[in-house]
Amino acid sequence: MPDSISLTLKVNGLERTVEAHPFARLLDVIREQLGLTGTKEGCGEGECGACTVLLDGRVVNSCLVPAAQAQGAELVTVEGLEQDGELSKVQSAFLNHNAAQCGFCTPGMLLAATDLLGRCPSPRDGEVRAGLAGNLCRCTGYVKIIDAVREAAEGGAAR
Amino acid sequence: MRGYLSECRLTIPATLDEALGLLAREPGTWTPLAGGTDLMVLFNAGRLQAANLMDLSGLSVLRGIQDHGDALSFGALTTYTELREAPAVHRHFPNLIRSARATGALAIQNRGTLGGNISNASPAADTPPSLLAYGAELELVSARGARRVAYEAFHLGYKRLDLAPDELVARIRVPKSGAGRTFHFFRKVGTRQAQAIAKVCLAAYGRVQDGVLAEFRLGLGSLAPVPARARRVEAVLAGARPGALPIAEAQAALAEDISPIDDIRASARYRSVVARNVLGQLLRELDMIIK
Repeated sequence: MPDSISLTLKVNGLERTVEAHPFARLLDVIREQLGLTGTKEGCGEGECGACTVLLDGRVVNSCLVPAAQAQGAELVTVEGLEQDGELSKVQSAFLNHNAAQCGFCTPGMLLAATDLLGRCPSPRDGEVRAGLAGNLCRCTGYVKIIDAVREAAEGGAAR
Repeated sequence: MRGYLSECRLTIPATLDEALGLLAREPGTWTPLAGGTDLMVLFNAGRLQAANLMDLSGLSVLRGIQDHGDALSFGALTTYTELREAPAVHRHFPNLIRSARATGALAIQNRGTLGGNISNASPAADTPPSLLAYGAELELVSARGARRVAYEAFHLGYKRLDLAPDELVARIRVPKSGAGRTFHFFRKVGTRQAQAIAKVCLAAYGRVQDGVLAEFRLGLGSLAPVPARARRVEAVLAGARPGALPIAEAQAALAEDISPIDDIRASARYRSVVARNVLGQLLRELDMIIK
């Protein structure tokens, strides 16, 4: 059993190769080897969603993904949402609505919201809640978060 | 505290044959790993004893939903999201859709697998009650060959399975309905809709033909040491007529079918009362089917 494996994955659009323990968690590789500390560790058991990232276009809890399973995958973290210094629509809407309080859940919320609007561009309120159901905000600032997602959705705040 | 990485081994077999060969040579050594949504929780909590993991997630032969005409079969690596996205599952097995939706939240549904949900053997898992209600069958494989077992006979006791140390769950086969009108009911009672583990779960499948219940199966979750059929309830309802179902008698029989416990999520008494009430709701809905 080797002490480390070589992992190559596309991280926020750029191909990166890192050395990691064969059973390292994707979360630790993101934070430690890739140096992207926007992704947070909350509960470490897949309940809170703070470590949410997009892996091959799907939301996952990176604390529950063995990094070896991300070999060759496409990874998007919160750092990958802005494009050329411009915040994404979802990020701007979070800013406009003060949807971050302590901020710890925010990276996961942003990715869950981005995923939701990618699948469902004009969600109803129930769909927004379901799309964010795996992300907990311990400040309980859900109203502003949901308002922000509504604004970022097609049709905007009028819906 | 997390488990110690230095004590963990991960092997990634390139083929199913390679995986089965390793299981045959070193039975009991390797724990199969798929989506990791249960095993990684144990690992992160430092409670993963068998830290020799065999990653099956790349074995495409264990993936995919196939239509066999009279049944659908699901590769063990089928995720909850793949279930939710399959039109044939919506058409034939709506309870499986409800089970998949009730499991964790999206990030879990994107990774967790049907085979993992079965093999992890939690009595509170969300897909087993539906699989029991639909009369599912498992295809197990090993280097010795393949065999089929009825899912209802697979759970031998708490976390004990009819699965030899060199065997893997390969596919889950679920038969489609025969003629007549069908009835599907799924109800999970948890603290909230997402992320909660079931306090009580009931899944039922019924088929009404010529005015009588030609088929009826009731799967239970979180009400016994294993996911189990409610045999006494089923016996009471066999051949009964919707419109005049013996609801009170069935509810009394349920008490004999379950052995709920007190734990962190609910008391045994709560589980008994709620299971009885949910069964009442289920049977009142079934009673209306011909009205």
